[in-house]
Amino acid sequence: MDRFVFLTVDGLSRGAVYAAFALALVLIWRGTRIINFAQGVMAVVTAYLAYSISNATGSYWVGFIVALASGLVLGAVVELAVMRRVEHAPPLNAVIVALGLVLFGQGVLGMIYGNQYRPAEAPFSRVAMTVAGVPVVSRYDLFVFGAVLVLMLAVAALFTRTATGLRMRAAAFEPMVSRLLGVNVARTLTLGWALAGLVGALAGLLVLPTGLGLHPTAMDLVFVSAFTAAVVGGLDSPAGAVVGGLVVGLVLSYVGGYVDSAATPLAVLGLLVAVLLVRPGGLFSGTTARRV
Amino acid sequence: MRNLGIAAVSAALLLALTYLLDPFRDYQLATAAAYLCAAAGLTVLIGVNGQLSLGHGALMAFGAYPVALVQNELADRGVSAQWTLAVSVLAGVAAATALGAVVGVAAARLHGPYLAGLTLVVAVAVPSLATLFGGVLHGDQGLSVYLLPPPAALGPDFPFERWQAWLALAAAVLTMLLLANLMRSRFGRTLRAVRDDEVAARLAGIPVARTRVLAFVVSAACAGLSGAMFAILAQSVSPSAFALTLSLNLLLAVVVGGLGSLAGAVWGSLLLVLLPWLVDTFTADLTLSPDLRQRLAGNLPLAIFGLLLVVVMIAAPGGVQGLLKGVLKHVPQVLAPAVRGRRRSAGGLDDRLQR
Amino acid sequence: MSALLEVTGLTAGYHGVPVLHEVDLTVRAGTICAVLGANGAGKTTLLRTLSGLVRPAAGRIVLDGAELRDLPVHELVRRGVAHVPEGRGVIAELTVDENLRLGGLWRGGGRALRQAVDQMYELFGPLAQRRGYPGHLLSGGERQLLALGRALVGRPRLLLLDEPSLGLAPRLVAQIMALLRQLRDDTGLAVLLVEQNVRSALSVADQAVVMSLGRVVTAAPAAQVADDAALRHAYLGF
Repeated sequence: MDRFVFLTVDGLSRGAVYAAFALALVLIWRGTRIINFAQGVMAVVTAYLAYSISNATGSYWVGFIVALASGLVLGAVVELAVMRRVEHAPPLNAVIVALGLVLFGQGVLGMIYGNQYRPAEAPFSRVAMTVAGVPVVSRYDLFVFGAVLVLMLAVAALFTRTATGLRMRAAAFEPMVSRLLGVNVARTLTLGWALAGLVGALAGLLVLPTGLGLHPTAMDLVFVSAFTAAVVGGLDSPAGAVVGGLVVGLVLSYVGGYVDSAATPLAVLGLLVAVLLVRPGGLFSGTTARRV
Repeated sequence: MRNLGIAAVSAALLLALTYLLDPFRDYQLATAAAYLCAAAGLTVLIGVNGQLSLGHGALMAFGAYPVALVQNELADRGVSAQWTLAVSVLAGVAAATALGAVVGVAAARLHGPYLAGLTLVVAVAVPSLATLFGGVLHGDQGLSVYLLPPPAALGPDFPFERWQAWLALAAAVLTMLLLANLMRSRFGRTLRAVRDDEVAARLAGIPVARTRVLAFVVSAACAGLSGAMFAILAQSVSPSAFALTLSLNLLLAVVVGGLGSLAGAVWGSLLLVLLPWLVDTFTADLTLSPDLRQRLAGNLPLAIFGLLLVVVMIAAPGGVQGLLKGVLKHVPQVLAPAVRGRRRSAGGLDDRLQR
Repeated sequence: MSALLEVTGLTAGYHGVPVLHEVDLTVRAGTICAVLGANGAGKTTLLRTLSGLVRPAAGRIVLDGAELRDLPVHELVRRGVAHVPEGRGVIAELTVDENLRLGGLWRGGGRALRQAVDQMYELFGPLAQRRGYPGHLLSGGERQLLALGRALVGRPRLLLLDEPSLGLAPRLVAQIMALLRQLRDDTGLAVLLVEQNVRSALSVADQAVVMSLGRVVTAAPAAQVADDAALRHAYLGF
């Protein structure tokens, strides 16, 4: 029973991060119909930056803030410098370009920092606090839940309560009509990438201290998990991404805890195959069919 | 038949070449040939059939591990002869083909980023099998591959690297010959038809799903052969040799060479071998700290590969072969017949990936 | 009164194939100009070029003395050009209220926008009851009203209307035409009205332009075009 509680909390904590990361993918997908395969490496870049800044200043939080800001900038730069040029090309071009960015980013990080694992430190204790003798949840888990919750609420508020959010939604659904209504669609796309960069950076900062450590390829497994989460939720749905993330987090936690931690990547694969074959539109798709 | 002639001539030339090169060059040549097996298969899948696979590194792992397992098992049982290598390689090809069939069936209905995502997950998930079945596969450490020295008939001083080059070149020439024939065959036209317009292909009576699965299977067999060759070259297999980066490198090879062109796959495979070597040679001349040199060693080529992938995709989606095609357009008519065959196979990416 | 919109020698098309050939056109403020012609005459392309969706190959588009030709679409909106495309372009995933607000967002949000939107609810009663509905739940007529209202929220000087009567009941068409007339008279709005429904277009228009195969064949007062039997037979089919 203790173990079940532990795995569940751990799964939800991981799932919250996957949800955030999946949200980053959904933000970009909705606007551009591009899956940003470089999202993982972008997050790692910001995490390394946080590592350097934190080491230099001695403060975790300075690094944290700088990483979030740099995620925002990095997302915009990647869109403006690279992805804009393939937005109207066949979809495979965008996939290949994003993968090129993966190799480039990992190569550059390796050149600067080397390929050994570096510890990613957590700002709070990861030891679970006990309730009635049962270890339940760690301070770090609470921090993760809080950070992701604040993030989700902020994104939801941005989209539903602000003019910018209205423009971004309009541009995502009907770019041509939006332009006719005075929306600078190109700018909303850049903004979407920037926002995704920030969300991805946060997810990276939250997940790396949970046993992954810093490494140029550290986010590979997180990326595929989040991609699966996004597909589970339906790539178009931010709410679906959240639920998908939690589902994937729980599945991975149970598989890792009850079967074998080496089996978790295979569990991701199984889950993705199952969803794609049984419900390609995601668990929360409406009646509209989707070509996958 | 024309292809058979070309294959025989290239085999003879390459054979002669291996005698001219020193063992290190022979090994480089062998590595390029091993890459070529997988790259050629991948270019048929992506360029000709329009299916993107990021999982070919995983398929190569499925080709490589059986070589280690079968070679070592037979050696343990006292069966030690050159012919066992053929059995091992076939086992590897069979295993990769089987995995390719499974992935191909799952992928048959998927397009664009979904297909890319699924195969990406395959690439990330498969290496974890080595840990999951650590008892047999020895986890991250991997297995060594038992190999006999070159046949005595080749002489006492015959370098092992040359023998490896022979094996890999034989595999590459065979792969190229089969794929070139396949692309010119009825099945090749079917592959293109499915790529260009699935609905039209279906209306024309082409079994689209089956064609896509078959393309994946063919491509997987090539990747298996390539993996088997890498097992022979490295004389060991380990998960880190078949990580996601390998899949991305293969993608680079086919994109930079020119998608859908077998000749492009040759350029791409050579690049995969030569660029890291050039970078090493270049950095060796610089005065660098040992630490920095070590960091640059694997990573500078990686960064250049990534940059190339981005730049080529944006600036010259036709790749090297596409650029050559552009140059050859201006060559006088006399040369035209020789060029025409190639020209057909090296179109811009937009033509072949419209979906 | 001087011309609000002055188009000269406009040539435009798709993928290098011209659809419009040296089109000249003048629309004065406070007038409605009907653009008539058979299918494929280039009417929709004309509107798409005027709103910047199609880049012209040659010619000038001058609005109130300022050249518009090379401005991006979203910038043209700021100059007072509103385009209601054929098929209406209501954003199905957004609510009625959000669609309307979007129309005036470029002027800034806040109270002014709220007032402009509320004004549209007064003008278009049926929409007021549907504020929170997503666009895809609206009927065809409601969508047309919404698209029109959304364009008007931005208080344009020039309204480009593509087939507003398409698929609508005659009574609704008459209402829309009456509304256009009212806006013209009250606010000085200029309208470029593309219509297949020649009779109702001519009934409301001051000027008429007849197009054929991408060229302007006649530009004249609407009444004159309506009376010209030969012209009607040749180009308008009645």
